[in-house]
Amino acid sequence: MSFEHLIWSNLKRKKLRTLLTVLSVTIAFVLFGLLSSIKQALTGGVSLEGANRLVVQHKVSIIQLLPVSYKERMERIPGVAAATHQTWFGGYYQDRKYFFMQSPVVPEEFLGMHPELILPPEQKQVWLRTRTGAIVGRKTAERFHWKLGDRVPIQTPIWAKGDGSAAWDFDIVGIFDGKEKTDDTMSLFFHYDYFDEARGRGKGEVGWFTVRVKDPAQAAAVAKLVDGEFENSPEETKTEPEGAFLQAWVKQIGNIALMTAAILGAVFFTILLVTGNTMSQAVRERTGELGVLKAIGFTNGRVLALVLAESCLLAALGGGLGLGAACILVPALAKPLSAMLPMFFFPVRDLVAGSGICLGLGVASGLFPALQATRLRVADALRRM
Amino acid sequence: MNANGTLVRVDGVEKVFHRGSEEIHVLRDLRLEVPAGEFLALMGPSGSGKSTLLNLIGGLDRPSRGTVTVGGEQTGAMSDRHLAAWRARHIGFVFQLYNLLPVLTAERNVELPLLLTHLSRAERRKHVETALAVVGLSHRAKHYPRTLSGGEQQRVGIARAIVTDPTLLLCDEPTGDLDRKSGDEVLDLLQALNREHGKTVIMVTHDPHASARASRTVYLNKGQLSDRPVD
Repeated sequence: MSFEHLIWSNLKRKKLRTLLTVLSVTIAFVLFGLLSSIKQALTGGVSLEGANRLVVQHKVSIIQLLPVSYKERMERIPGVAAATHQTWFGGYYQDRKYFFMQSPVVPEEFLGMHPELILPPEQKQVWLRTRTGAIVGRKTAERFHWKLGDRVPIQTPIWAKGDGSAAWDFDIVGIFDGKEKTDDTMSLFFHYDYFDEARGRGKGEVGWFTVRVKDPAQAAAVAKLVDGEFENSPEETKTEPEGAFLQAWVKQIGNIALMTAAILGAVFFTILLVTGNTMSQAVRERTGELGVLKAIGFTNGRVLALVLAESCLLAALGGGLGLGAACILVPALAKPLSAMLPMFFFPVRDLVAGSGICLGLGVASGLFPALQATRLRVADALRRM
Repeated sequence: MNANGTLVRVDGVEKVFHRGSEEIHVLRDLRLEVPAGEFLALMGPSGSGKSTLLNLIGGLDRPSRGTVTVGGEQTGAMSDRHLAAWRARHIGFVFQLYNLLPVLTAERNVELPLLLTHLSRAERRKHVETALAVVGLSHRAKHYPRTLSGGEQQRVGIARAIVTDPTLLLCDEPTGDLDRKSGDEVLDLLQALNREHGKTVIMVTHDPHASARASRTVYLNKGQLSDRPVD
């Protein structure tokens, strides 16, 4: 026999109670996996942020446009390595529910600014010379079953062409991937020249600029210089780190991280009470037996370890099953949800965090009963056999 | 054990319990010497302090005043951790209600104290087999306590008490919950352990039939010891 056998035997003492507790912990961790995946799906694009990139938008709001000529002025500001621009196109494919991000860009500048996007060199060359060419992220290409050479119509309620038409045709000439799994591969990018020439209004104006700074440590100072450059002009600017800019986008659909944390917090607090209650009950029922263990020479430390190990095993069983089930369930759900949530997957960092939470749950739920067990006076405990 | 062969020395021991503001003096200026190899019966009415005295000798509790010395070591001076290790090495406890762990088989109950030693799995198995053979229960090794009779459970309890080969066996009413036949078997066993294996036994009982098996009987009443029964 070993201590592990003793711990396992104690857990098997009330099989139904143990089973129900394990099940409740399992369900909590399945929920954890699903919520983490939903959070990932909704905020995944945020990881596009680069530590050395700033976003410059109109001071009033992102809807207000900026003159494209700002680019040269920005590039003359000390500390700025490069600048490029994008514009919100706001289009959809076939039906409004098939909405995704599109933006006109200057291809070479854009690819230079975003090295995290991987585009095969031959596709890049084709894109540079194809005026109506567009590159699309792998997720969106798979979502709509697009392949190289396809001509796809995108409708936009924002940008009508000079002839009044809202339908824009693009030739898919490249499909890009992200360096990391969390990099955004849902967007479509096309030539600014084609866009500017064809649009019916707003010529020479763009949505926002992305600025790469020479030294990330000087980003805040450069941001001030940029805003200073355009101060008192008709189009004043607001410059902020790219991460903050993308977070602002995400906040438009609510503070997902906060909501997820609140739901998880409530779930785990409930589970903590359930598991803690189970452990307290188990210790109370075994007061006499713990007295025997102490009488035959088990130290307080050993009794503490026994009770804690039991609660940790309980949490590990439930947590392991829950996280395992989430790992199976999330990929199974990813396909049917791909149209709505293309970045729906269970991130490894959340799996690791879940394992840590699982251990924390075991310690937190077992600590109080374990301390109770160590405080037992042997003579009193033996009378409660 | 000291030079004159005394294994247990209780010297001027007092034990006071507190119930709210009330002080309850359970033992008063108690003195007792138990030579090594003795089988001592400790008798007295309920509430006389027999079990309290046994707990003090076994290091399960500490005296309010006075000293308890076992094998030359003063238990009151030891830390909790040291005391636990000392109990594991030197004391075997036998309880009235057997106090076996219901989730473990007989052999695993007996093995429990050995988990605190550095013995290998094979060595522990050998010790367990020997202890179960001494109490005549080798054939019941794989049985859970609920499938054993009261007498058998107490013999498993005795096997657990002797498996580490302790110096001193402390038995708190070991036959108190048994019928006469099973009780006799347990007393035979304790007597054999005392006579054939040289174990020092201190047994709390209020059964004269049980105390008759001991080599000496002392009587405890109102916290004080005497050599004669209390009227």
